[in-house]
Amino acid sequence: MNTPTTAPSQTRPVARFDARGPLSARLLSALSHSPDVAAASLRDFPSDIAEAIASAPSVMTDDDLQLTLFILYGLHYGGVVDADDRWEWNPNTIAARVTIETAFERELRAAVALPELPVPDAGAVAQALFDLTSDDGGPSLSKFVAAKASREQLVELVVQRSVYTLKEADPHSWAIPRLGGRAKVALVEIQADEYGGGRPERMHATIFARMMRAMGLDDTYGSYVDNVPALTIASFTMMSMFGLNRRLRGAITGHLAAFEMTSSIPSGLYARGLRRLGFGDDVTRYYDEHVEADAVHEQIAARDLAGGLAESEPQLLADIMFGAAACLLMDGLVGQHIFSEWSEGRSSLRLPLENADV
Amino acid sequence: MSEAPVTQIVACTNGPLLVRGDVEILDADGTPVPRTRSTIALCRCGVSSIKPFCDGTHKLIGFTTEPPAPID
Repeated sequence: MNTPTTAPSQTRPVARFDARGPLSARLLSALSHSPDVAAASLRDFPSDIAEAIASAPSVMTDDDLQLTLFILYGLHYGGVVDADDRWEWNPNTIAARVTIETAFERELRAAVALPELPVPDAGAVAQALFDLTSDDGGPSLSKFVAAKASREQLVELVVQRSVYTLKEADPHSWAIPRLGGRAKVALVEIQADEYGGGRPERMHATIFARMMRAMGLDDTYGSYVDNVPALTIASFTMMSMFGLNRRLRGAITGHLAAFEMTSSIPSGLYARGLRRLGFGDDVTRYYDEHVEADAVHEQIAARDLAGGLAESEPQLLADIMFGAAACLLMDGLVGQHIFSEWSEGRSSLRLPLENADV
Repeated sequence: MSEAPVTQIVACTNGPLLVRGDVEILDADGTPVPRTRSTIALCRCGVSSIKPFCDGTHKLIGFTTEPPAPID
């Protein structure tokens, strides 16, 4: 069969953000066509990705690789690119995704320091996770936000968070059918609360979107992808990788536990910072809600989700702790980046905001 | 087979009381405390800023649910 090896030259814009290098440019170009026309243009895409990985110092901080992976996950989530739905399970996009994931996971496993493993008992696992997450060495972004951050810095922070938070809870929901028994019940209990407990207006992603609008920001998904650095995208692609790969169900479980355990106290500080700058309840509500919600979720996540999984599948214990430690590593790196840029009087964004009503 | 009780309270180690199920919470004057989620955590360390609910602060003050040493 005679198939073209390059994408047809006519392309239409499919995303609210721009490519960051040859890989993401090629992917966006292919996605602007149907797989019938353009799938062949991605036949050697995985090998080109492998070459790029070989010469990149880090997958985690490489703009082109992270944006490419982000777009590939976007095919599964929806709302990221305006492309033919069949691209989601096209063998070439799947192969590309697995190629980046393999290198990204290897890098994460090398970077994460695993704590000593507890015995696979729910109480011991919960204790180990609480111990791990209380050991926060870096500068505290949330304390700075509470006391000193400017209005522009708070807007920046919301922009940084929007890549994940407009899809809040979705990366962890991939794990629901991959778990069983007590762990599954725990995850569903947490996620039901994340998704508003039957009330669409209480869904956390919806409350976040309302906060963005109240701050003069555009809550359309992807509006600020151009503005955030690779590291911010990496924190979202990492949890998407953990959630979408069944073999990493231990890691997504540990990730959620650590995420919840490091949320309620910082959320209170973010709300304080927003109030200090005169923002009203429509803006602070997202963080106010998380003070209470995540104090509940962390208990369920530690004991029943992570602890329950460790008891039913003890072979996943190391991955549970890996997922938790990876969450702390990534949040720490993102926090350090933002903090150090602000300390130098610079913006933490990759590109400045335009038309933001701040 | 007996049905599980409608309401369940989990006494979390070094943490709050997790309450699942239908229960009305009243303040000292008998005024209902608004409840917005089906599972709630009630403060039992005493330092929460959103009492009667937990805000996670027990983790900062070394709150423990271990019984204290007996007083001689």
